[in-house]
Amino acid sequence: MNTEILGIIVMFTLAILLAIPLGKYIARVYGGEKTLLDPVFSPLENIFYKISGIKPQTEMSWKQHLIALLTINMVWFLLGMLILMTQGSLPLNPDKNPSMSADLAFNTVISFVVNCNLQHYSGESGLSYLGQYWLMFLQFVSAGTGMAAAVVVFRAFRDKSATSLGNFYTYFVKSCTRILLPISFVVAIILAFEGTPMTFEGKDTITTLQGDRIEVSRGPAAAFVPIKHVGTNGGGFFGVNSAHPFENPSYLSNMVEMIAQLLVPMAMIFAFGYFIRRRKLSWMIFGVMTVGFLMLAVPNINMEMNGNPAIAAMGVDNSLGAMEGKEIRLGAPASGFWSIVTTVISTGSVNSMHDSSMPLSGMNELLAMMINSFYGGVGVGILNFFVFIILAVFISGLMVGRTPEFLGKKVEAGEMKIAMIIALLHPFLILVGTALAAALPQYTTATLNNPGFHGLSEMLYEYTSSSANNGSGFEGLGDNTIWWNISTGFVLILSRFLPIIGPVAIAGLLAQKKFIPEGEGTLKTDTSTFGLMVLAVIAIVAALSFFPVLALGPIAEYFSLY
Amino acid sequence: MKKHILPALKLTVVMIVFFTVIYPLAVWGIAQFAPNAGKGEIIEHNGKKYYSNIGQSFTRDQYFWSRPSAVDYDASGSGGSNKGPSNEEYLTEVKARIDTFLVHNPGIDKSEIPVDLVTASGSGLDPNFSVQAAKVQVKRIAKIRGVDELKLNQLIDEQTEKPLWGIFGPEKINVLKLNIALDELM
Repeated sequence: MNTEILGIIVMFTLAILLAIPLGKYIARVYGGEKTLLDPVFSPLENIFYKISGIKPQTEMSWKQHLIALLTINMVWFLLGMLILMTQGSLPLNPDKNPSMSADLAFNTVISFVVNCNLQHYSGESGLSYLGQYWLMFLQFVSAGTGMAAAVVVFRAFRDKSATSLGNFYTYFVKSCTRILLPISFVVAIILAFEGTPMTFEGKDTITTLQGDRIEVSRGPAAAFVPIKHVGTNGGGFFGVNSAHPFENPSYLSNMVEMIAQLLVPMAMIFAFGYFIRRRKLSWMIFGVMTVGFLMLAVPNINMEMNGNPAIAAMGVDNSLGAMEGKEIRLGAPASGFWSIVTTVISTGSVNSMHDSSMPLSGMNELLAMMINSFYGGVGVGILNFFVFIILAVFISGLMVGRTPEFLGKKVEAGEMKIAMIIALLHPFLILVGTALAAALPQYTTATLNNPGFHGLSEMLYEYTSSSANNGSGFEGLGDNTIWWNISTGFVLILSRFLPIIGPVAIAGLLAQKKFIPEGEGTLKTDTSTFGLMVLAVIAIVAALSFFPVLALGPIAEYFSLY
Repeated sequence: MKKHILPALKLTVVMIVFFTVIYPLAVWGIAQFAPNAGKGEIIEHNGKKYYSNIGQSFTRDQYFWSRPSAVDYDASGSGGSNKGPSNEEYLTEVKARIDTFLVHNPGIDKSEIPVDLVTASGSGLDPNFSVQAAKVQVKRIAKIRGVDELKLNQLIDEQTEKPLWGIFGPEKINVLKLNIALDELM
């Protein structure tokens, strides 16, 4: 078999095989059971709690959870503005990079706080090492925030009836220390030995073999790159992210980074099953997500391998595939595969330039973010999927003529309203944003890198990526302008916190309700029939919301090219 | 909200210390055992040093040309062209690259030019090209340098890096290493 395809199959299979035991471990961590790493981390976390004056035993209701979550996020935002707007005069700045402007700092901080990592700057020239490390900190804690929110939902379904749902700070701290950190550490070491730099010395100057003098940007990247994947953040150290030969030096590093980003989102699904003691349910969820994922990934691998027909028509040897924007050491198939992994999950790191993907590959990347729950980001992926489950439960309930129930709880008008708002918020933000950008050409036309249908796709991609908290881009877009910084900044805030608040609220409300034991007529949610139902709901919502705009962008481009 | 502000602030400070000071220092400590102590892998040649992972611009006829780059291999930054597949201006540029290549490589048929030689990489710093990209340049280099084509093909075989462990990913050649070996051949 082709070595490039084999590489992809092995990456994907390994990720699943590692995610199952990791899921078991994660369930034990959140359940407060004994784990292997207790002797290291229990004392450490106790120091954290003691210094901060946090009582880890205090139980919180779902509302208190949300207040604690939002407060600490606000602290990070304010602190971040301060650091990025003054980094030019702070230490650890060997390359003498300047402080950020207010609008760029606003966009950057927000997008790292919300786990999106839209980068309207380029790492080499836009950040000091101190700035980089502040953003690395945000990559840890924003991932921890998402996971902590997911655990609140887990808790709500574990007990038959509950109003107290554990302590936010412990979920959050444990996510960072016991899950994200150990995996990142292992990945960091592998990357360092594969050739990713880990130095605090600034740029180096060399003379090339041909005799040109060039500068080479370096930096402490090996510690930074792992968490961008493990926490599904995606913010790169260097401008071109994991396409950069320092950030992703080899095929091996590419496999490791790929597995690192798939690992926790998959494991969270299995953790859910272990935690609420319904493993079959997590297999249903995993199954639906995997089917959806493959439906997007397989065509992309194929289209990128086949290459650009317009270039093939020029008569050159096109057998390597669509190599514009791609690296030889990774190849077209692995780049096509990555382009879907990074968009279904909210990572948003790239190892090829999505702007140069084939038209329908670009569409699949967009669709992956529009659906945003085939695996999804750490923690928040399962929250997004949860909303679709509630919708599917409701529709199935209507079909069989019973009050809809999920895991023994009646789903009523209040919960349904929240679910509907959250499900419609995402298309609303994407479509309104793109429509505004298209209606105000004085702010946007000059920022486009490509004319015609593809230009519309660039704008659509920017808002989709913001609203999905993804962070990848059709990077040709000149997005460091006040228009893009501010408008995507607001999309980011709304699309992060409302989809966290919504599912936590639904789960909190359901948890308070009386438990109804399963009977003859209960809708079983852990069957493949129900899985199909969820998939259908997802497909219908996506198609109804997004088909028109996709027809104007990537689909129109496809027909102009083939 | 008020009662959460102070704990949130304090927790942030301790976590900053742990995640941005202690964790990177631990990685840095281990990286001291990595190639070139984590400062980027280096090749030394004739008393000069080069980064083996960072591609260089090779445009002269006596060297194997590297791939086109949107940033001209300026490694202080990085970047791809981000041109869409149907962009007319871009397609004209690709055509021009093909024509330039044919002018400098007489006797080569268009269908022998691999696509990586006429498309820009994602990073603009791609250190590699495909095996075919080297082979298609043999005729030109043999003529200019006055070396036997057979010898050059042998060199290419020696410099070809097999897929990872022989089974995963693509075959490739490091352009810089190939050109250094080419200079050493003389």
